[in-house]
Amino acid sequence: MASITTSQPVVAPLPTPVHAPATVRIEPPHGWLDLRLAEVWEYRELLYFFVWRDIKIRYKQTVIGVLWVVLQPLLTMGVFTLVFGRFAKLPSEGLPYTVFYLAALVPWAYFATSLSACTSVLVGNQHVITKVYFPRLVLPFAAVCTALLDLAIGFVVMIIFTLAHGFRPGPAILLIPLFVLLAQMTALAVGLWTCALNALYRDTAAIVPFVIQFLMFASPVVYSSTLVLPKWRALYHLNPMADVIDGFRWSVTGRGHAPGPMIFVAAGMVALVLVGGLMFFQRIEGTVVDRV
Amino acid sequence: MSDVVIRAEGLGKRYRRGLTGPPETLRDALTRVISSPLAAMRRPTQEHFWALRDVGLEVRHGEVLGLIGRNGAGKTTLLKILSRITRPTTGWAEIHGRVRSLLEVGTGFHGELSGRENTYLSGSILGMSKSEIDRKFDEIVAFAEVDKFIDTPVKHYSSGMYVRLAFAVAAHLEPEILLVDEVLAVGDVNFQKKCMGKMGDVAKAGRTIVLVSHQMNSMRRLCNRVTWIDAGKIRMDGSADEVVNAYEAAMSKAGGAVAGSREGDHSRGYFTGWEIVDQKSSSPHTMDFVGPVTVRFTLKLLESIKHGHHGIALYNADRQLLWGWAAYELNLGAGTHELIYDFPLLPLKPGIYSWMVSFLDHEELIDKGDLAPEFHVVAESLQHQRDEWSGLLNLPSEFKTRPSILTEASVTK
Repeated sequence: MASITTSQPVVAPLPTPVHAPATVRIEPPHGWLDLRLAEVWEYRELLYFFVWRDIKIRYKQTVIGVLWVVLQPLLTMGVFTLVFGRFAKLPSEGLPYTVFYLAALVPWAYFATSLSACTSVLVGNQHVITKVYFPRLVLPFAAVCTALLDLAIGFVVMIIFTLAHGFRPGPAILLIPLFVLLAQMTALAVGLWTCALNALYRDTAAIVPFVIQFLMFASPVVYSSTLVLPKWRALYHLNPMADVIDGFRWSVTGRGHAPGPMIFVAAGMVALVLVGGLMFFQRIEGTVVDRV
Repeated sequence: MSDVVIRAEGLGKRYRRGLTGPPETLRDALTRVISSPLAAMRRPTQEHFWALRDVGLEVRHGEVLGLIGRNGAGKTTLLKILSRITRPTTGWAEIHGRVRSLLEVGTGFHGELSGRENTYLSGSILGMSKSEIDRKFDEIVAFAEVDKFIDTPVKHYSSGMYVRLAFAVAAHLEPEILLVDEVLAVGDVNFQKKCMGKMGDVAKAGRTIVLVSHQMNSMRRLCNRVTWIDAGKIRMDGSADEVVNAYEAAMSKAGGAVAGSREGDHSRGYFTGWEIVDQKSSSPHTMDFVGPVTVRFTLKLLESIKHGHHGIALYNADRQLLWGWAAYELNLGAGTHELIYDFPLLPLKPGIYSWMVSFLDHEELIDKGDLAPEFHVVAESLQHQRDEWSGLLNLPSEFKTRPSILTEASVTK
């Protein structure tokens, strides 16, 4: 083994510092339980900078800027109202179509954008991760935070619309952060898997839009969840976004129906997928640089 | 050892061959699993190659270690492993202290953002805290000399400005251990000097540096120790001059001419050796100063030669003839003689040279060839820092400026 010992250093060494310097051990990846979440906390400033960067770039690049954030859900809402409301005449739980769809589109757009962003975040940042070290987990975490700004703006628009139509949100509106959290954790849980897979197999990113499209129809975005036959409801509400959207509609408008107990089962499922995703992601993150 | 800051043993990195080919798709992977699940479970015997094999090292606090080697030898891979950018396949390393790595200029920079925004972004990515960047912001901008443009998007910067700002951010990192990969060869002359200065300051401040570069002059100047990595393994490790000289010799031998061989039957006489006759020199075959030097060649004659002709030639590692001279009609008796050369100055660039000497009896060859050992010059370089502007002559010079005494009228006439 070619191990080399040192010769006398030319510069006299500095006195050893009072506090012991951090020691890092570098080894081949092993095991699945090395989640290193504390390290992500240490790098929280970097997480902030990544979110800030993505938001800044998005707004600098669009001519319409902030306006687009407001226009997009409104335009989609308009199309849905026309197609699913006027033409298909789907029931809307006693709400005018505009309010009905907007209440679902805001959280859905957040979820879809976050999941998409999360999937491509490693590959999209390859020029950075191949040159500098930071815990790679910071990137998917940042990806599911960037769209929160759009969510906030969309939320304001949604409230305005709701109030304008004469609906008053009840105290349940305080639950909105919890619904947002569930949507975020769902995006992160699925996103960690798709992100890691995409770094390994580049065609994953092509599949994700289809998955999102499927999920949209599996969630009560364009229709009411009351349309689902009772025998399928439990299974249906295993989809966390179904519960999130019901929750949004209910807490913002004061109408509709609250999500049932299945929301807790869905949350539990999300937690499991999240932990699995963290393990898988951390397992491959050490060598993902070799694959991007 | 309490002051070893980097310790590594048995480091190895294996890559799949054909990594540059089309990446495997999920579809392929799934098809493989479905069509023959057992075959998929078995690790496919793919072609692989070891970019690094069984590399160990120890770096002490405050040391400046250089890594040299041909392209593809594994230097950058080693640096990436020590930077934690990629994990090793075998072996381990331990690092005591805060590590920051500089593997490119402008890490994290985005064209749409302004210089100010990029400074914060890049600084944060490189490992500085926001408060640290706040503190050093003015210094960074001043170092880069982009004060007027700090709020314009970086995509409008000239390449020079971009590089200056990018390096300015990186130069203000204050890690205990700095890993640098070939980023010193950027920017114009003045800026390079600044960067060198900053690197030097970092080294003087007692911080540990591991540096990869192809600029041998920089290696000699900055590094205490140099490790030569060849085809993924450590080929040589030692003082900067020692290893760089050996590396340069090997590089030129690989492409250059073969040194002359010994000729003559030696029955009438032969050269026994040579040395530098100076107390100043650290070794009899190494010149580590620039100044007057005396070189002595020893010739043993087994019979007296009345019409001796003596030739001498000085070659560099590329087998270029630098100097040649001859003495004629030497009348020497049998026995050992000293042929002494007093040079007022031997302004040779640091490197490896050889003396070729010959002795003839009129036209008949007695001995001719390169005298071992090689002549090492390790004097301080008095030349341009960049290798491409470093010539064969290590000329001492005195430079001054003064206003011209000629009037404009007399000059233009």
